[in-house]
Parts: sequence; C-alpha cells; structure tokens
Amino acid sequence: MTVSILIFLPLVAAVIVYLLKNDAAKYAALFFAVAELVVAGVMITKFVPDSSVQFVTDAEWMPKLGIYFTAGVNGISLIMVLLNVLLVPIIILSSFNRPQQNANIFYALILFMQAGMLVVFTALDGFLFYVGWEAALIPIYFICALWGGENRIRITLKFFIYTFAGSLFMLLAIIYLHLQTPQRTYDINHFYDLHLSLKEQSFVFWAFFLAFAIKMPVFPFHTWQPDTYTEAPTAGTMMLSGIMLKMGVYGAIRWMIPVAPNAFDKYQYIIITLAVIGIIYASIIAFKQRDGKRLVAYSSIAHVGLIAAGIFAWTASGVQGALIQSLNHGINVVGMFFIWDIISRRLNTRDIGQMGGIASAAPKFAIAFLIVLLGTVALPLTNGFIGEFLLLNGVYEYNIFLSAAAGLTIIFGAVYMLRMYKNVMQGQTNELTVLFTDLTGNEKLVLCCISALIIFLGIYPQSVMHLSDAAVMDLVKTVNTKIVNGALEAITK
Amino acid sequence: MNTLILISVLPILLLYLGLYKAKNALLPVTVIGLLAAAGLAIKEWNTFPAPVYSGMMLFNNYAIAFSVITIFCTVLILLLSKDYFEKISSNVAEYYAIILFALAGIIVMVSYNNLVMLFIGIEIMSVSLYILAGIRKRDIASNEASLKYFLMGAFSTGFLLFGITLIYGATSSFDLTVIRDWIITHPRDGEFVYLFYTGILLIIIGLSFKLGAAPFHFWTPDVYEGSPTLITAFMSTVVKTAGIAAFLRLFTVCFVTVSDYWVPVLTGITVITLFVGNITALYQHSFKRMLAYSSISHAGYLLFAVVSISSGSNSAVFTYATAYSIASIAAFGVLLLIQQNHGNDNFESFDGLGKRNPFLAAVLTIAMLSLAGIPLTAGFIGKFFVFSAALSRMHVWMVVLAVLNAIISIYYYFKVIIAMYFRVGNETEIEVPGYFSFVLGLSALLTLIIGVYPGFIASFI
Repeated sequence: MTVSILIFLPLVAAVIVYLLKNDAAKYAALFFAVAELVVAGVMITKFVPDSSVQFVTDAEWMPKLGIYFTAGVNGISLIMVLLNVLLVPIIILSSFNRPQQNANIFYALILFMQAGMLVVFTALDGFLFYVGWEAALIPIYFICALWGGENRIRITLKFFIYTFAGSLFMLLAIIYLHLQTPQRTYDINHFYDLHLSLKEQSFVFWAFFLAFAIKMPVFPFHTWQPDTYTEAPTAGTMMLSGIMLKMGVYGAIRWMIPVAPNAFDKYQYIIITLAVIGIIYASIIAFKQRDGKRLVAYSSIAHVGLIAAGIFAWTASGVQGALIQSLNHGINVVGMFFIWDIISRRLNTRDIGQMGGIASAAPKFAIAFLIVLLGTVALPLTNGFIGEFLLLNGVYEYNIFLSAAAGLTIIFGAVYMLRMYKNVMQGQTNELTVLFTDLTGNEKLVLCCISALIIFLGIYPQSVMHLSDAAVMDLVKTVNTKIVNGALEAITK
Repeated sequence: MNTLILISVLPILLLYLGLYKAKNALLPVTVIGLLAAAGLAIKEWNTFPAPVYSGMMLFNNYAIAFSVITIFCTVLILLLSKDYFEKISSNVAEYYAIILFALAGIIVMVSYNNLVMLFIGIEIMSVSLYILAGIRKRDIASNEASLKYFLMGAFSTGFLLFGITLIYGATSSFDLTVIRDWIITHPRDGEFVYLFYTGILLIIIGLSFKLGAAPFHFWTPDVYEGSPTLITAFMSTVVKTAGIAAFLRLFTVCFVTVSDYWVPVLTGITVITLFVGNITALYQHSFKRMLAYSSISHAGYLLFAVVSISSGSNSAVFTYATAYSIASIAAFGVLLLIQQNHGNDNFESFDGLGKRNPFLAAVLTIAMLSLAGIPLTAGFIGKFFVFSAALSRMHVWMVVLAVLNAIISIYYYFKVIIAMYFRVGNETEIEVPGYFSFVLGLSALLTLIIGVYPGFIASFI
C-alpha cells in the first residue's frame, strides 16, 4: 500500500461528487470521506512506529528537473494525516443541515482541498509540497467566497493574497535549496543534508517562516484570520482552523527548522517572543468579543500561538506537544465552530449579549457544549490537557519566564470561555432563546463523535503519541546536533 | 526553411481566393496551410541545422520550437475569427493575408542568424501590424491605434537600426557568429569598444519598444485598446513571443560573454516593466485595458529570463511564453464574446457569468489563474522556470521584487473571477459558436495539462 491511494482517493472522489446531483453529492462526499478514514486507519495499523518514512510512493514527474512525485509518511506526518481524515467526515456531516446551493461543487471543493492538504502532509519532494500547499488554497478561496457571509468578497481576497504572498516566498526558498543541492533535486533528505552558511540559512528560514507564520497565523501575521473565520461558511472555517492552519505547524517542524537549524538558533528568541505576544494579545481581544464565532477565532490564535511557541522551543516535549495539540485543537475548534453554527442557525445571531438560558431549553446541547468547552480550556482528562502540558513543558525548558507568560493562555482561556458559556447557556431564558430546540439527528452524531474523541484522547493520549515519538526524538536530535556543530564551526573560524 | 516559404506563399494564394470571392475557403485553406507549415518545421527537428542563405538564417531547434508555438497560436486566433472579420469588413481575404505576412516576419525573427535578417523580420511583422491595427477604416480609435503604433514603431526601428549600424561599425559584420567571435578576440579596451557597447544599448531600446517593455511601453495600452480585439490578441501573444524569442536569440548567441555590461541595464528595464505594468493594471476598469497592462508586466517576467541568461533561459522563456499566450488567447476569446454580447468590456459585463455560462466562466477562471501563476496551471510552471533561472544566477532581490509583483497581480486577475462568480448580473444567454468552444476548451485543457505535467512542453528546448 502506498500513500498515493491516500492522495488520489479524495481527488477521484471530488470528480465523482461534482458529477452528482445535490443530495446524492452530499452522501457520496460523506461516503468517500469515511472511505478515506478507513484507508488511513488501515495504514496506521500497519505503521511501524519508528522514525523511518513508510508507504513511500516514488514516481517520475519531471525527472529532468529533479522533480519526483515522492510521498510517504513518518510519525510526524501520520498525526497530521490522522487529523485530516478524522475531521473531514465530521465537517462534511456537520454541514448537512445547511441548505446548500450547488452542493456538488461545495463537497467536491472540500474533497479537493483534502487531497491538497494530504499532499502537503506526505510530500517528500519540495516541489510537490509547494503544489499541494497551493492546491489546498484555491478550493478554500472558492468555498469562502461562494458560500460566505456579507463581506466575503473583500475579506476572502485579502485572505488569498496574504497566504499566496507567504507561499511565494516559500517557493523561492524551495528553489534556492534545490539549486544548492549537488544533485539538483527537491528531495527533502537532500535538503536536510545541505551545508549552508548562516546567511543562506537565514534567507531560507525567513522565506519559509513567512509562509508558515501567515498560515498558522503567528502574531503579527494574523490580521486576515478573524475576519476570514467570521465570514467563511462554517464548514470552510472548520477546514481552515481545524486542518489547514496545521500545514504551517507541520511545515515549520518538518521543512523549515531542519533545513535552516543555525538560522533558527539565531532567531529563535524573536519568534518565540512573537508567539507569546500573540497568545496574550489574542486572549485579551477574545475577552472583548461579543460575536461568538469571532471569540472562537481569537481563542484559536491564542492556542495556535502556544503551539508555535512549543515548536520554536524545539525540545522533544515541545514538538511532541505541538503535534498532539494540533490534532486536539483541530477536534476542539471544529466542535466549537459547530456549536456556534447550531446557535446561529437557531437564533440568527451570534451576539453573546442577547443570549442566556439555552441550557434549560436544550440540555443535550448544553452537555455537548460543555464537553467541547472543557476540551478547549484543557481540563485534565480532556484532550486539550496533554498537549498544553507538553507545550508548556517545552517552553519551560527553553525559558521559564516565557513559559509563565504562555501559561496565561490557560487561565485567560478558562475565563473567557467559561464566561461565554455562562452568558450563552446559563441564567434565565429570554424571548430569543426560549424556543431553542435541542440537538437533531446528525447534529447529535457529529457532537457525539467529537465528544468521544475529546474524552478518549484525554484519557489515553498515548494511543496517538506513540506514532510520532520516535520520529520526533530523531528529528529533534538531528537538528540539535546540527545547531551545536554550527556553533562550534563559528567559534573555530 | 520550407516553413517560411510556405507561409510567404500562402497569403498570395489567399489574396487570389479573395479576388475570386471564395470567402468560405479562406479559413480552411489558411488553417491547413499553417498546420502544414508547422508540420514542415517539426520535420526538421534535431537535424543538425546549417546556416542557410549565405548564413542569413539558422533554422535550429530553438527556431523550430518558437515557430511552431507562434504558428499554433495564430491558428487558434484565426479559428476565433470565423465570423469576426466578416462583421467588420467586406475584404476578408486581406485580413488573413496580412496576418500571415506578419507571421512570415515572425518566423524570420525567431530564426535569423544575421542582424539584417532580424531587422527585416521585425519590419515585415511591424508593417503588417500597423495595417492590422487600423484595419477598421471608419473607426477613430482604430485609426489612432494604427497611427500611434506606426509612429512609435518607426521610432523604435530607428534605434534598432542605429544599434545594428554601430555594431557593424565595430565588428564589420552583421553575422551573429562573427560578432560573437569578435567579442572573444577583442578585449574590452579595444579601438571600437564604445561603438560596440553603445550599439548593444540601442538594440536593447529598439527591442524593448517592440516588446512593450517599460519605459518604452506608452503605445501599448492605446494600441491594444484601439485595435480590433482579435488583432490585439495576436499582438499581445504571438508578436510578444516572437519579440522575446528574437531578443533572447541575439543575447544568448552574441552578447552572453559581455553580460556583465548589459545585464544591469536590462535589470533596470525589467524591474520598471514589472512595476509599471502591474500597478497600472490595478486601476483599469476595462478588461481589455487590464489585459494590455498585464501584458506589459508579462514582458517583464519574460525579460527576467533574459537577464538571468543561463542554460535554463531558453526553456524558461519558451514555457512562459507558451503558457502566457494560451491563457491570453482564452481570455481574449471570452472577452470577444462578452463584447459582442454587452457592447462593452468593463468588469461589470462579466457579472454573473458563472451562472449564465459556466463553461465560459470556467475557461476564463483557468486563464486568469494561469496568468496569475497559480499551481496546476501552465502559468505557474512558467513562473517557476523564470524564478529558477533567476535564482540560479543569484538575482535574489530581483526575484523578491518579481514575487511582490505576482502578489499585486492577484488582485486584478481575481477582479474578473469575483465578477463572474460572486456578483449578480443580467441573465441573457450567451451563444458560444462551435469554433469558440473548441479553441477555448483546448486552451483551458492545454493550460491544465502543461500545469500538471510540464515535462510535455519543457522537453522541447
């Protein structure tokens, strides 16, 4: 079995779904997404959890130019693949209730995007990585701009230009690395083996960083994010926040830091500081939000800031935490956005100030909301906990003060999230919320899946973490050795 | 060389057809003739060419590749012209004949081996274009376009000719190989060295005029706007491709050894061209004018490959020019239908096209994505090659500037995508003739094929 099945299944599915009529398209999309989950599941059971790259596909693409269709998974990619295949069926199912015009195009775009992202998470060739990166961007642009809110045109164009700008610089870095390899190849392992000067590494590092920082987004590259999340249709927001931003996390771990370790070492403190500023800044803004979806968007910036801080601390627990938290943040944020989708569909508003007492009108919904919320605020025994713990641990090993500042996200997060819950769910019902109906069939199913994942991964995170342990250890060690060697070289010069 | 002969004879045949009122035969005869010419060119592929006509021409693989692509694009444009010329004129045969004369000039331009032939090629092409630009005799805009083009063209010819003369003065030859040898045998402080270098500068200016590169671009938007749309399509694709091919041929064969002298000059021109083209395109309300300005910026990207002159330049220019031409032809094709339907070509005319005619909207979207350089389209591969070539010569800052331009260009290319899909327009049906469907479909398909599997085209050169 090879990764190409994983990549091409959603691509073929997208074409089939496009050719179907509305309702059939909906169910076909779900069917294919679940089929993809099964394929990935089989892959995970066959995966040997060491640091090697497995299930490799290697085909000629443009051999003259050193470009090959090489893709495979190691532990790090596998967690991202898992995130992808878990969330896409949930996202598709969650959008069933929305009356969708041109559902076939909508679901085809989602599946196409899934294929693009799977390319990103499995590519072993720089060119392929870039193509996947952009191939995931085009569908989300159309999803947001076709089915989004009122200001969607202006905002999604801003989003597109922002992310496209970042990725073009990444393309330059990739071409540059290619030109430095003696074999003139785009192979990731040859990129790792390069021996670049600090100046060259700095160029590559910042070019990659722009792309990844915009995607995640790291402060101050986040300005596109709250608007886009608010205006995009819920499924689009879920795809963006749940999966797509993890492309930045993955890229930083697997492509940026290992190819430019010494530059990373030099600028590490700047970037961690930016990440921590982002955490505090976004948390404070989240306090002020009255629009529920916007609140979740800002809280997402804070959480991702912590992930970024963990990566850039570059310790085994930081990187491991970043991976596991990427998975968990994806699950939680999809849950959160789905909850706000339910609320805004029932009440036609997302203004927290107008709500109250929904818990008494819809008790099942209240329980599901609470579980997702507790996962988001990282209560022990929910999935958020282990990730944040490892991340803070990683940052602590780098710098205790930064760790303390980053830790504020947990306190702030708990405060604004619980306050949101109080204002929305508790207290007396009012005219608006009194007729709030409880969960219906597929809403129940979606929230059950999400809650189950939150609790399962909270109690038994090792089920996922064992996949990436060896790969993370290996990568962290290699990079640290390179950093030390680089420093020694600088001294002896 | 038979290609050139065939393309030169064909227009005469067409004029006779016109004389005997065989209007319906014009298009088939032209297309078959051109395909035959392309076939003759392909036959000579990889046949170790020797210079012909006393060393005036050299029909090597480079010339063949560019001849075939220009012929192919001309065929696509002519297919779009099915009813177009009949509507604006009664003397249809002349159109076909003049376009083919221009094409004959273009074939000379991509296969010259002697500066005189370069000059003659450019003039054959230019004179034909002056006529084509003004072919709508009673249309003031068309007249203006023609006059402007003629004046500017004559001006630039002066520069080019003066440059050629100076180089002849220094080297006593028009022959590319002799000039190349002269540079190698004459160190930089020789007797005629100033003549020679001034000659290079003047040639750069002359050719930049023809390409529409800034700051010699002022004629472009007006001429493009005033000319009949299909002629504009021809000018901004085939003619531009020929211009850059001639440019590259001269500089790779002759001047590559003194590249440190002219590269800074051309770098300046390239950067100005990119910014002028892109920034002015941002402010356009008319789709046609936007395409005109964006074609200036594409000239900038093409010049990029000349600046970073290397072994990869040829394939970079070829791929980029092909990608750009095919996408532009698709864009102009859709524009033509919209113009006929709405009477104007503002962005508003495209409102709601996604609903009204999904096929046209899809083709135009693919064309715009390709022009913007988004992956999985041919345009991306072109940009990728150009950037690779430039980075291999360590022009990092230039590439960064080019990237900034690519980002700016997203804004105006997406304007039309936004109009088509996200705005509501009137609901009148647009009838798409069969020829159009064929050309547009083929262009879109080729754009995607080259985008996904570029080995298919990059292996040509």
